Amino acid sequence: MAYETQGFKLDNSGKRVVVDPVCRIEGHLRVEVNLDDKNVIRNAVSTGTMWRGLEVILKGRDPRDAWAFTERICGVCTGTHALTSVRAVEDALNIKIPENANTIRNLMQLNLYVHDHLVHFYHLHALDWVDVVSALKADPKKTSELAQSISSWPLSSPGYFRDIQNRLKKFVESGQLGPFMNGYWGNPAYKLPPEANLMAVAHYLEALDFQKEIVKIHTIFGGKNPHPNWLVGGVPCAINMEGTGAVGAINMERLNMVKSIIDRAADFVEQVYIPDLLAIGSFYKGWLYGGGLSSKNLLSYGDLPQKANDYTPANLLLPRGAIINGKLDEIHPVDLNDPEQIQEFVAHSWYKYPDETQGLHPFDGVTEPSFVLGPNTKGTKTNIKELDEGGKYSWIKAPRWRGNAMEVGCLPRMVLGYLQPQQYPEIHDLVDGALKKLDVPVTALFSTLGRTAARGLETAYCVKLQQQQFAKLMTNLKAGDLNTANIEKWEPSTWPKETKGAGFTEAPRGALGHWIRIKDTKIDNYQCVVPTTWNGGPRDHKGQIGAFEASLMDTPVAKADEPLEILRTLHSFDPCLACSTHVMSPDGQEMTSVKVR
Amino acid sequence: MGFALWPYATRHHNGGSNVTETFYEVLRRQGITRRSFLKFCSLTATSLGLGSAAAPRIAHALETKARTPVIWLHGLECTCCSESFIRSAHPLTKDVVLSMLSLDYDDTLMAAAGHQAEAIIEEVKKKYKGNYIVAVEGNPPLNEDGMFCIHGGRPFVEVLKETCADAKAVISWGACASYGCVQAAKPNPTRATPVHKVISGKPIINVPGCPPIAEVMTGVVTYMLTFDRIPELDRQGRPKMFYGQRIHDKCYRRGHFDAGQFAEAWDDEGARKGYCLYKMGCKGPTTYNACSSMRWNGGVSWPVQSGHGCIGCSEEGFWDKGSFYDRVTDIKAFGVEANADTIGKTAAGTVGAAIAAHAAVTALARARQKAGETEEQKGEK
Repeated sequence: MAYETQGFKLDNSGKRVVVDPVCRIEGHLRVEVNLDDKNVIRNAVSTGTMWRGLEVILKGRDPRDAWAFTERICGVCTGTHALTSVRAVEDALNIKIPENANTIRNLMQLNLYVHDHLVHFYHLHALDWVDVVSALKADPKKTSELAQSISSWPLSSPGYFRDIQNRLKKFVESGQLGPFMNGYWGNPAYKLPPEANLMAVAHYLEALDFQKEIVKIHTIFGGKNPHPNWLVGGVPCAINMEGTGAVGAINMERLNMVKSIIDRAADFVEQVYIPDLLAIGSFYKGWLYGGGLSSKNLLSYGDLPQKANDYTPANLLLPRGAIINGKLDEIHPVDLNDPEQIQEFVAHSWYKYPDETQGLHPFDGVTEPSFVLGPNTKGTKTNIKELDEGGKYSWIKAPRWRGNAMEVGCLPRMVLGYLQPQQYPEIHDLVDGALKKLDVPVTALFSTLGRTAARGLETAYCVKLQQQQFAKLMTNLKAGDLNTANIEKWEPSTWPKETKGAGFTEAPRGALGHWIRIKDTKIDNYQCVVPTTWNGGPRDHKGQIGAFEASLMDTPVAKADEPLEILRTLHSFDPCLACSTHVMSPDGQEMTSVKVR
Repeated sequence: MGFALWPYATRHHNGGSNVTETFYEVLRRQGITRRSFLKFCSLTATSLGLGSAAAPRIAHALETKARTPVIWLHGLECTCCSESFIRSAHPLTKDVVLSMLSLDYDDTLMAAAGHQAEAIIEEVKKKYKGNYIVAVEGNPPLNEDGMFCIHGGRPFVEVLKETCADAKAVISWGACASYGCVQAAKPNPTRATPVHKVISGKPIINVPGCPPIAEVMTGVVTYMLTFDRIPELDRQGRPKMFYGQRIHDKCYRRGHFDAGQFAEAWDDEGARKGYCLYKMGCKGPTTYNACSSMRWNGGVSWPVQSGHGCIGCSEEGFWDKGSFYDRVTDIKAFGVEANADTIGKTAAGTVGAAIAAHAAVTALARARQKAGETEEQKGEK
């Protein structure tokens, strides 16, 4: 079958390659592609392979508890669902939070970005660019020269890299390769010289040590990480700068620790992550596949309100807006409450709608599971060999913005910032600087490498914002404002009989929205549309493909039996499948088993 | 290269046998002196609360064993357990992965995917039959023939059963694998089911919490590798060394509870003074975990220290015990120690009775016998 959509020619007649599980992601993802006789991808099928049903579980519960449930949607982007949830409840109940609470929330959200992006780059994505085994061939002295030529990071002596190389050598010689077993080492798609590989391996290990330090900001304000604590109406941590019992609250010592972590994270990002990113990028700048929808349709809800309780675009430190059909000079406003803008479709998802040519806004989302495989599926219901994308084929729905499939994530945010230099001069300069250093045109952003670069540049932006938000918190404390919670509407007796609200954040992976209806003080309906639903969703009723599928199109694969290029491009989105596949019918009926037709 | 198992194909130096390097040899190869090695053993003994007398036994164990292969599977979950695991401050995750065990399969960290990943499970099963550990994060859903969680085109529950079949022991990470956690909260639409209800005949260690504390996770693993046995478990299959006491027992705010000093509202004077959070819904009195002793993220803080009550995330069914802001009971007189103790005992008794009905009890009893526990300990109430 062959057809054309969104400028892509889909053809599933060639050799089918199945990748399941796709590893180094959060959750469960399957991808199938068809290769033509030159090993170029001509058809791509993205399948979310897990479903948990959290929204029905939320029905009838206390809205003030919802943050804890939704936080467990994802432990990788931990906290961002909780923040989205408390914002949705506060929107529904018209609760205004104190300035300190807003700043602390921003610090926690920024902290998540910095941690999550760093771990993604080094531990989930690097092995798509870095050949670990090749590092054994590196000259430690030359590695040292390379490292010192790009950064002032002190761990860069020949002896340091020799020790790392020796440890790696002994590890490999032990015959127990652990997580590096069966990797695609030696694949021609790897382009780095051995010295760059060795440097990257050293930083893989350093980042693994360091990431556990970054999250301590969550621990200070939220008590633990993963899954810190949040509060409707503010933040749970009280501030006490000098009174009796200050040791049981946020005090000078705690704030000093926050500052110290912020400084150290900035050093690591500026001296290790960014130089590594640019070094690796310089070897791969000829490999600009994987753009997919990014040059066409981009979406961001924006995040990080500078002032508390003002969620308009002018007050957001991360930009909001939509771009469609590649018209970069036209940024459309985005409204989560407009029933015409965000809609979900299920023609190719394992759910049922009364009319599957229609989309539904999340406030009115109806979701009934329907595990039915298409007639051309190969295998059986419980042993699927090849899916039939002509039928239903994913536990992810297909969300659309005004009918368009959109890409969400770091790249849309950085592009929207780049296009608005007056409001976002730092983003503009970071993007511009990287393009100049790599000597590539703006269009290079619309690629796998561009997505990966955008994530790093956003991290550099975020470590600066952490400093700025910390200074803001201190200024407010110096002015004598210690408030962290507004409890005027804590008691359910103060709530209206019926109300609804929407909350948003930009999760590290992209636009995240929660929609809540509250009735008689309990949750009546709860819907989430999450980043990987946008990016990883299947085709819609018109056959339009999603961002993952589009990004794989027309990419040549060096070796058909080694899915290195596929992984590289999928990982550039930082897929989070537990997030994307949890919707459930608002009526909460027990599912019935549906057989293969 | 394709689907070839590259590391094994190149392991000519040990003739393809199952004999691999011991932990000690790996350390020595890395240039670590024997003196440092013994110091490490003694630190390990101390951090596990075993006293310095255990150090020689640890040294002996590490000198004579190959790194144990671990297959880390993911069911319905959120990956918070993996994230917690990599936060471990002692030992460092990098040392666990490079030197202490052999993390041969872990969807979240491994380089390979698809067929190449699947081949590893088969290889480990064959090569290390009866000698590998399965660590499970998340749980299998049983509705829809198991297809709410698909792994390699098949139901996750099948992959789980096959992988556990030849394992030496199974670790159930977190509330999901131990009890079901959030996806099993009412009405549990996918019939998400704890690991011990689908796997039998194997020692199963429940390490609950959402997630468990990082150093509890690495502590359990290093204990097993060091002593070549599973830690002493309570009736819910939890290691007693980390889950033997309630949060409330070791809470640094306990003095305020005893003195009747409570936070009465968010950000009130009591909250700013670090008073007890019992009236704000703290579940510390009914929750067995190590948070108040070990704290989180290298000892930086823990929920109560940061102003929010414990939500009881290491207790079975904690999602279905009312709001996190409801008090654990309606007792009227605060500040009397006996009340909280009564609450704790009552709750523990109820949970204990419920778990006794589980089919897993047989497996756990077997596991305990294997671990050399005496009849007296088994009869302990």
